[in-house]
Parts: sequence; C-alpha cells; structure tokens
Amino acid sequence: MSANDEHLVIVGNGMAGHRLLERVLAHPHRPRHITILGDEPETAYNRILLSPWLAGEMEREALTLRERDWYTTHDVTLIAGERVTAIDRQARTLTTDRQRRLGYDRLVLATGSQAARPGVPGDDLDGIHTFRDLRDGERLARLADSGGHAVVLGGGLLGLEAAEGLRKRGMTVSVLHRSPHLMNRQLDATAAGMLADELRSRGLDVITGARLAHYEAGGDGRHVTGVTLEDGTTLAADGVVEAIGIVPHIALAETLGLATGRGIQVDAYLSTHDPRISALGECCEFEGTTYGLIEPIWRQAEVLAARLCGDTPEPYREQPCATKLKVSGISLYAFGPITPAPEHDVLTYHDPQHGDYRRLLLRDSRLEGAVLYGDTAAGPWYFQQSLAQRDLSACRQALLFGEHDAQPLLGEVA
Amino acid sequence: MQQHTTCPYCGVGCGVTATIEDGVMTGVEGDREHPANYGRLCVKGSALHETLGDHGRLLAPRVDGREVSWDDALASVANRLTAVRERHGGEAIAGYLSGQLLTEDYYAANKLFKGFLGSPHLDTNSRLCMASAVAGYKRAFGADAVPCNYEDLEEAELVVLVGANLAWNHPVLFQRLRTAKQRNPLLRVVVIDPRVTDTCEVADLYLPLKPGSDARLFNGLLAFQADKEKLDRVYLERHTQGFDAALAAARDEATTLAAIADDCDLDVEALETFYYWFASQLHVVTLYSQGINQSSSGTDKCNAIINCHLAGGKLGLPGAGPFSITGQPNAMGGREVGGLANQLAAHMDYHTPGAQALVTEFWHAPHLPDGPGLKAVELFKAIERGEIQALWIMATNPVVSLPDADRAKRALAKCPLVIVSECMADTDTLAYADIVLPASSWAEKDGTVTNSERRISRQRGMLPPPGEARHDWWIITQVARYLGYEEAFAYCHPRDIFVEHARLSGHANRADGVPRVFDISALAGLDRAAYDALVPIQWPVTEAAPDGTARLFEDGCFATPDGRARLVAVTPHAPRQAVSGAHPLRLNSGRVRDQWHSMTRTGRAPRLLNHRAEPYVDLHPDDAEVAGVADGGLARLYNAHGEARVRARVATAQRRGEAFMPIHWNAQFSNAGRVGTLFAAHTDPVSGQPETKHGAVALAPLAIAEEATLLVANDSGALSERESLAYWARMPLEHAERWQLASKAGASPRDWPAWCAEQFGVAATLWSEDVASGRLRAAGIRDGRLVWWLMVGPPSELPGLAWLDARFGDIALETEQRRRVLAGCASGEADTGPVVCSCHQVGATAIREAIRGGDSDVDALGARLACGTQCGSCIPELKSLLEEEVAHAGADEALETA
Repeated sequence: MSANDEHLVIVGNGMAGHRLLERVLAHPHRPRHITILGDEPETAYNRILLSPWLAGEMEREALTLRERDWYTTHDVTLIAGERVTAIDRQARTLTTDRQRRLGYDRLVLATGSQAARPGVPGDDLDGIHTFRDLRDGERLARLADSGGHAVVLGGGLLGLEAAEGLRKRGMTVSVLHRSPHLMNRQLDATAAGMLADELRSRGLDVITGARLAHYEAGGDGRHVTGVTLEDGTTLAADGVVEAIGIVPHIALAETLGLATGRGIQVDAYLSTHDPRISALGECCEFEGTTYGLIEPIWRQAEVLAARLCGDTPEPYREQPCATKLKVSGISLYAFGPITPAPEHDVLTYHDPQHGDYRRLLLRDSRLEGAVLYGDTAAGPWYFQQSLAQRDLSACRQALLFGEHDAQPLLGEVA
Repeated sequence: MQQHTTCPYCGVGCGVTATIEDGVMTGVEGDREHPANYGRLCVKGSALHETLGDHGRLLAPRVDGREVSWDDALASVANRLTAVRERHGGEAIAGYLSGQLLTEDYYAANKLFKGFLGSPHLDTNSRLCMASAVAGYKRAFGADAVPCNYEDLEEAELVVLVGANLAWNHPVLFQRLRTAKQRNPLLRVVVIDPRVTDTCEVADLYLPLKPGSDARLFNGLLAFQADKEKLDRVYLERHTQGFDAALAAARDEATTLAAIADDCDLDVEALETFYYWFASQLHVVTLYSQGINQSSSGTDKCNAIINCHLAGGKLGLPGAGPFSITGQPNAMGGREVGGLANQLAAHMDYHTPGAQALVTEFWHAPHLPDGPGLKAVELFKAIERGEIQALWIMATNPVVSLPDADRAKRALAKCPLVIVSECMADTDTLAYADIVLPASSWAEKDGTVTNSERRISRQRGMLPPPGEARHDWWIITQVARYLGYEEAFAYCHPRDIFVEHARLSGHANRADGVPRVFDISALAGLDRAAYDALVPIQWPVTEAAPDGTARLFEDGCFATPDGRARLVAVTPHAPRQAVSGAHPLRLNSGRVRDQWHSMTRTGRAPRLLNHRAEPYVDLHPDDAEVAGVADGGLARLYNAHGEARVRARVATAQRRGEAFMPIHWNAQFSNAGRVGTLFAAHTDPVSGQPETKHGAVALAPLAIAEEATLLVANDSGALSERESLAYWARMPLEHAERWQLASKAGASPRDWPAWCAEQFGVAATLWSEDVASGRLRAAGIRDGRLVWWLMVGPPSELPGLAWLDARFGDIALETEQRRRVLAGCASGEADTGPVVCSCHQVGATAIREAIRGGDSDVDALGARLACGTQCGSCIPELKSLLEEEVAHAGADEALETA
C-alpha cells in the first residue's frame, strides 16, 4: 500500500493540528483519507486572536481559519465537538465520547495543553476561569459584562492579554505576578518595568512579587470573592483568571502506554515510540523541551507533514527562537539569555518617555541575546546575526540603531 | 535684481553676480564677463550668500564696554588720539589695516595716519602675506609691479608653481590652469612644495623640496642656465644689471646637480628635469605665493626666482614672467595707496626722490613723517615695549594671525588705547578693544579692489549695513573731521576718494626722474555714474593706455633710475627657527580649501566646515608613530612660544619631520588652535615679513580621558563650562552648533548626560550605552524639540550631521525621527561618510558606491552624483577615491583568482 492510500487521523484541531493539516494538504502526495478531530464544536480558529477578540478589537468571525466547506472541498473529514476517549494501538482504532470508532493507519496526537493550576485552597470555586479557548473567552466576556473587579493570576503574555481584555470591557483589574517583574521569561527588568508602567498608566493594577495563598469564598461557599496573598493581603474579586502557565495534555497518551515526560516524548521526526503514532505541538516533548510558542511548532508541522506524505525530511532540530509578541499594542521582541553573564558586553538604548528600549548581549562581538521593547523593527535582523554567530565588531557603534546603520559598516549594501 | 561685484576672498579677485530679492541676497554665481574667472567660482565664493545675515554682527559702537552713539564714539576716538599725540607725538599712534579693506578705505586711512596724524606706523596684515614679493619686485624692477596676468598661465609652455597650493588657495586659477592643460597637452606644470597637495594633480613633475631650500634651488637653476648656455645674453646686456654678481653668488656653493639635490632633499633626476625644462623654454611662468614669501629670507627667494627669469629673458612676453599671487582680495589695492609702513603713498616710498614734498603738497598735509614706520611684527613688539600708545585695528584679527600670537595678546593688553573697526561681534581681538566701531561688510561695502593681475574691479554695495554699522572710509573720514581736517576729508562717496587716489597716482608722474609704474590717472575724471559702471581694468590706466595694460615691461624698460632690471645676488639662508632634539618637527602653515583667514566669515557657512571641521595637524606616519600620536587622535604641538591642541591627520603627503597646520582656527572656534602661537617672530630683514612657514615644534599625544561630540540647538546658548576640557572646537551648523570635546586625562569619569543637563537645563531624554567600549549617545528633548545631542566616543564614528542639524530645526520631532535621533540619520540613509564635494554635499560613501557601480572617472561621477561639477575643488579627492577603489578591486580580484 502506498503512503497516499493510508488513513491519517489527527487528534486535535487546534493551532498545531490545523497547521499540520494545511501542510499535508499542500503536499502532492497527501494521504487520500484524512480525518481531523477536535473537541470544540467549531472549525479551526486562531487562538492567538482570542485576546484581541476578548478586548473587543475584532469580530468573532475573524478568528475562523477555515469554514466547513473547505474541509469538504479538500476531502477531509472534520469531526468537531467530539473528544477521543480511547485508542487501541493493536487494532489501530480510536473511540470518541460519542462512541464513534475510527480506524487509522497513521495517528497524530495534537492535543495541546491545559492551564496550570495554582493548587491552593479554594481553587474549585465558581468564578475561577482559565483562558485557553473560545469557551473561556465567552465566559470571560460574560464576566466582564457584569462589571466589577477581576484578579488575573500571572503576568505573562496570556495573563496580561486577559487582563487588558477585561479592562477594556469595563472591569477594574489586578494582575498578580509571582516574579519581581512581568514576563520574566521574555523581558529583562528594565523592559518589564516599562511594560508595568505602561499598563499601570492605562489603569491596570499590577502587583509583582505576589504569592497566592488561597482563594476567598463568598457566603454561599461556592463562588470566589477574593484572593489572599502569602503576605496576608486580600484582594476582592468578582472573578479570577488563572494564567500562570500551561501543562501538556498527555492523559490520552498515558493511557496508551506511550513514553511521556512532561509531554509525549517524540523523536526528531515527531514519532512516538509507536511508529504509527506521532505527536506535535504543546502536547509533545522533544529532548526534554516542551512548547508554548508558535515558531517551533510550525517547524514541527513541516517535518511531520513531509514524513506523513512519504518524504524523508530533515530531522526536526531545536533551534534558538525569538519571541515576537504584541502585548496589548506594545511590541516586544526577544531572544537569547535574559540575564547577562559576566562576560557579556551589554548595549542598551533607552527612550523611556517614548516607550522604546533595546538591550543587546554580545559575547566576543557576537550577538547572543536581545530584548526589544516598543520599536522592534530591528529584531529579525538581530536574530539573524545571532543565528549566524556573526562577528559584529565592525558595526558595533551602529548596532543599536539597526540593520540599515550597521550593514554598511560590515561592508554590505543595506 | 542682479548686481556685479567681486569676491572678498583670495587674490584671484573673481567677479560675482549676486541675486538680490526683497533686500536679501538669495544666490551668487560667477560673473561670466569678469576676466579673472569668466563665470567660475570656488566653493567659498559660491557660499558667499550663506555667510550673510545680521547674526553675529557687530551692530553698535562701544566705548569702554558701553554702547554709545556714533557721535560719542567718533568724538572719543578723536579726543583720545589727540591726547596721545599731544602727550607722546604722532609716532605714538599706529594703525594696523587689512587686505580685506577696499582701496578707498585704505587710501583714507593712509592719508589720515601719514598725512595728518603724523604717524608713519600704518601697516597691514598684507605684511604677513606678500611683503617679500613686494620687496622682491621693487629690488628687481624698481617698482612693486606684477608683470604678468592670468592669461599668461594659459599661454605658457611651462608653469612652475612654487610654494603655492593653487588647488586650495586660488581654486579658480587652478581650474584655469587645468583647463589650459587639457587644451594644450604640451603645457607642462612643475609643482614645488614640501607637501603633496591637491595641486599636484596637474603636475607633470613634482619636487617635494626641503622647506626653506628654495633660494638654493633657484640659485642652482641660474647656474644651470649659465652652464648649459641657456642665458639670454642680449636681454641681460640690454635690460639688466647685476648678473655677474648674482651668478657668482649662485656659484658660491657647489652647483653640481647632486649637491643641489642633496641640499634640497630632491631626486637628482627630477631636479635636472625641472632645470632642463625651465632652461629650454622661453614661455615660462613661475607662480609663487606664501611658500616663498613667509620666510626670513623671502625677499631673497623672490629675487632668486626673478633672477632666473631675467637671465633667460622670460619676462615681458605672453606666457612668461615671475608671478606673485597674493592671498587677500585687496592686498594689491593696499600696496597701491601706500598702505604699508615702509611706503608713503601711490607707490612712492619715503626715499623716492621728491616724494615727501609731492605728497605733502598734494594732500596739504601738515605732519608727514620723515621716514618709514614699523612693520607689523616690529610694531607689535613696540606696542609691548610701550612705545605705541594708541593702535587702531581695522578688519583684521592680529591675535590670531601674527606670529608669536600670545605675545600679540600681551601687547594689546598693555596698549593704553586700542580701537577696533570690525564687522563681527566675536573675534579674539575685540577682547582687547577700548573703542569698538561696527563696520560694514562684503555685500554692503562699495568701492574698488585690485587682484593679483593688477586688475581693478568694483565691489558694489548691494545691501544696507545692519544696525549702526558704517563703511570704513566713512568712519575714517568722520574721525578726520572730528580731528579738524574737514577740508582734506570732504569725501561724500567712495568715488570721491577713488578719483583723488587716481589723481595722486598721476600727480607729477613722469615729470622728472623715474616714472612711477602705478598710474591710473586716466580714471581721475570718473563721475559717479562712470565710477559705478567701471568695468574691470588692469593698471596702468593712462592717457597712453586708456583701456589698461595687460602686461608690464614688454619694452624691457624698468622703473629703476637707469631703466634696467636688477639681478640680485642671493646667498641662501636656512630658516631662523631651528629644529632641534627638543623641537624636532618643522612646522608649516597655510590655508585649507574651504576656509578663509580667521573664519569670521566662512565660519558662518556650515557647509564650508564640512571639508575640515576641526583645527588639525598633518603628520607623516613615522613622526606620528614616534610621538605615539594616532591618526584621528588629538595631538599637542608645542615649543617655548606656545601650544596648539589639534586633531592629527596622518598621511605620507607630509614629508617626514614636517608638520602642517592651518592658519584659520582661533579662540572663537577652539581652545588652542592658533598656529600663530607656535611661530617665533623672526622676519625677513628686507620685507619685514614673518617666517610663518618654518616653525620648530615638539609633538605629543594630547592626554585626554574621553572624547565627545555635542550638538546644541542655536537658541540654547553656548557651552559655558569649558574649563574642565582638555580640548574643544566649535563648528556652526545651520540650526545647531557642534562642539568637539575632550575631557582632561586623570579626571574621574564624567557623567556626560548629567553634565549636558546641567549646561542646558534639559535632562537626557533618550540615551544609548555600550559601557564595555566606552560609547554613549544621548539627547535632550524639550516639548518635542531637540535641545542637545551627545556622542561619547571617537568622532570617526559620527554620522554625517546634515540630518541631525535639520532635526534641530524641527518644531517637534515625529516618532520615526525621534527613533532615529541617536543614530543621527534617517533609516535607510546610513552615514554618507565624510563630505567630499562641499558644493553638492556628496559624501565619500556615495562616491565609493558609484565607483563600485562602474563609474570609472570623474566625469561619470559628476554625471551621476553632481560631485565636482561646480567649483571642481574636490576633483583631486575624487581621483584619489577612484584610485583607491581601483586598487581595492584589483586586490579583491587577486584574492579571487588566487
């Protein structure tokens, strides 16, 4: 049987699963039979746009990646709103919560991740939300419509987006962040400080270094009414959003006896140890790494799509990756280490009034890390120079000003 | 409206056509009809309209620091001069004039001082520039008479340029020579100069002679002419005297080519080629300038040159003659009226038979002195000794331009009465003035000037003087009237002075004895309309030659008692300032292409500072290395007289053991950039011209902590705290001022942004830092407007400043511009590199790119970028860039094929 007669089943219609589908369909030797299952009722939508949608900046329709007829046109079976409950590796079948049974030749697990929980007393109360999917978004929108005060746990990207969304919808919002500065995985203290100042100037109550002790319940004992911190501070809350991180969704894989760590362990071709089952995206783990950013997942999709279509692709490799974010209209771009090592030369650019900041870390005249806040236009060029490990001593004087200034000094036409 | 006038810069004396719209001069171009330039202008001339405006002008008279009315000022001048004269006699009064004055100003001043105040001490800054040429001509021809004209350069078979960097100092003449060479491939040019200058671009032969060995070189040439039987025996016999003595003196030292080459530090074959060319051509012009004149034996050097022309009969012919080119626009006019201390009036000296009586009678002068007065350098020594009690300085800046310039400062500080007529509000000399008289400037002044080829041209007043500024002739005339000489100074217009001057030139001329060559009596009848309409004309202008005289001595008759020219026996002398172990470097000085004198005018045109932005010294790489001075670093030059702190430029264009510094920088533009402080005040015994090409100095790196560049918006005040700096230089831009700064070594690291905040009241708004390499940039913005911009680090890292300058002019910075402020250029328009073409503001980067893109000659570059198409003075630099790029490309190819 040639590859294109196989039945490919993709479990998960999120960002990773859908991207894989698109790449497979673009291949001349796509499997003839393709089924994609998602536990949400919609066709694929763009999760990244949930925040602007919550903030009222775009219509719900704009989130949709593909309409139903697209699946038909491309001869793909979409099973939406059903959750896969069991898989039989010997029989190569799977079962959904609606008792649908499907056979497969190749199976891809793209089950994504779920919100991490703080694990403090009271975390089962009503009014405590996460912000992962459309359902969460709708709940948060309803929460916001009733007004009042929200507490968002987590000053990472997702938490800040949720907080800004709620604030824009009319709530007063406090953001609690465990680390001394916001987005501590992406930003240094200066950029984080600028971000905090900007958000505070918009009306967000940003509290850093905040450690959650427990939730407060109301008189009925069922609904959350506040949070209490380890230092005893209590903040009233009409609702809480937890955005403190993600955990790979591996429950299904575990039932199959596939090797797992934090995620489903895969090789460089995204294969689990069962050669017929692959995994990609936030649910997988490669060489100890799990994923939360889009860029490596897109590269995983390339490798896996090629293999599923019968090619022998270049293996997936972990690559340095730049964080490119837009937090509530503020552009950020970062890669490499956040904390400078003693041997790093640190180059900085500051325009605090205007909200522009750059910090470059050089080791032996080679760029290892960058944090750009505000004006991020030079980010991609810095990242390329870093990947190329280029000696930048000739253009060091102009390096902070970007490609057009630095290139001529490197003897190149910009 | 268009007006024809003349350029106020160099001695070429170009005609300028100025466009005036609504009382503002909006542009200038070369006057196509003017015989000096036929429409050409150099970069300085073409920026003339950019140097105008009331900004920085002196607008009101001041007495003892108080602004007063003209009446009070004139009365004070008259009263104080009278008091000095009554107490100490007329000899205690002195005047120090300038080749920037018009002939009419000069005439009135000369008449007042020598004829009425009874002071012989009226000298001029022309003393510093061409006094030796004057003395040389007078010794040889009996008169200060330049025999040649500019066309002779074009008609010659051989042009010898000696001590004259024509490409920078007389750019239009250089262009004429270059064009002539293109038209006539047989025209050869020899350049004799210790420095490889841009003038070498046209040289068929270049002789990098040892400084000061010129007389030896030309004595050798005289001997060579004799040895090779290349003398014009008939000419020598009929028209000259003194040949045998001159030849004997020339042969006093060994005349083998090898010995001469050794003494002049020249290649013997190159020397022989020059001698052979000179001896075998009849139509030879030797053009010389400050490199010959500014010497303690400058007059002898001039005569050594003239000797060779007389010996070969290379004189009084088209395309032949010894041709002194003056530095200033009206050095010649000053000479004509007698504005030098050794002259009396109208080319008459004190010892000219009958001259004293003639002038006394003509002027009805009550107090004519008996003999010559003190020449500039001696004059200032006499002031320091207290012998001069009153000094009136007009249109010059002696504390910058005199040798041993710090001594000139001390002299002025001691002088009980210093009167300064000046058009600019800030000059180094004004600090010493008791009475300050605001004078009119170019574009306002009305009168005549004479260029290096004896051509008298009208300079026309086109704009009214600003504020209370007045014309120099008017000021002098008014003072004379306050002194009681109304009748002798009844002038109402420059024309009145000019016709008197013309009359005097012809007065009793040729009556008996030796005729005076300077005779413009045919112009004595000009009325206002004719004076205003005067077209450029070369003197003599007489009844016999009403249209002027293109060339002198064509008949072999000279202005000596016997009508014969004199060959002068010349014994070469080494420079008086001796180099030594302690002061091993020979210091040369001169102009740069885009500046003029002490920058009071050119310093106002930002684009003229692109070419050389800071005071600098040119050094040979070996000397720089020995002293530990880096190219582009800061250096100290010093000796017992003074110290200069300047930027080092290191190149092999400079001979080993020699240094060159420009003359322009002064205390308004840098803390220690005056080359004059480094020269001893030795002068030529005949001409009194100081030896400002032959200093002896020591070189060391300037000890500094950090270098910084600061730009400050024009309306944010000057940098006041300069005490803590080891070095500073100031450069005006359009909307800002640039300060190049260096902090003193050993001082604790400076918080530069905080320092700027303190100076200008605006904290650093944006900044970038690279601590490891000691770099920092910062800017202060107030209400969206750029107030200051700072870069700590070597100035070689500066962007081209045009973009930033424009931002200082912006009312509010746009976001994109604000984000580019520290980079200093618009995105995608990375640094253009140093400006090569000042006229069209084309930088080296663009030129290099064009060359890499296939432009293989100057014409192609001009067609693409317009560089070199206006004044042409950057063409030598364009050619060097072309050569460099071709060399690079060759190297790259070699690598690829290897």
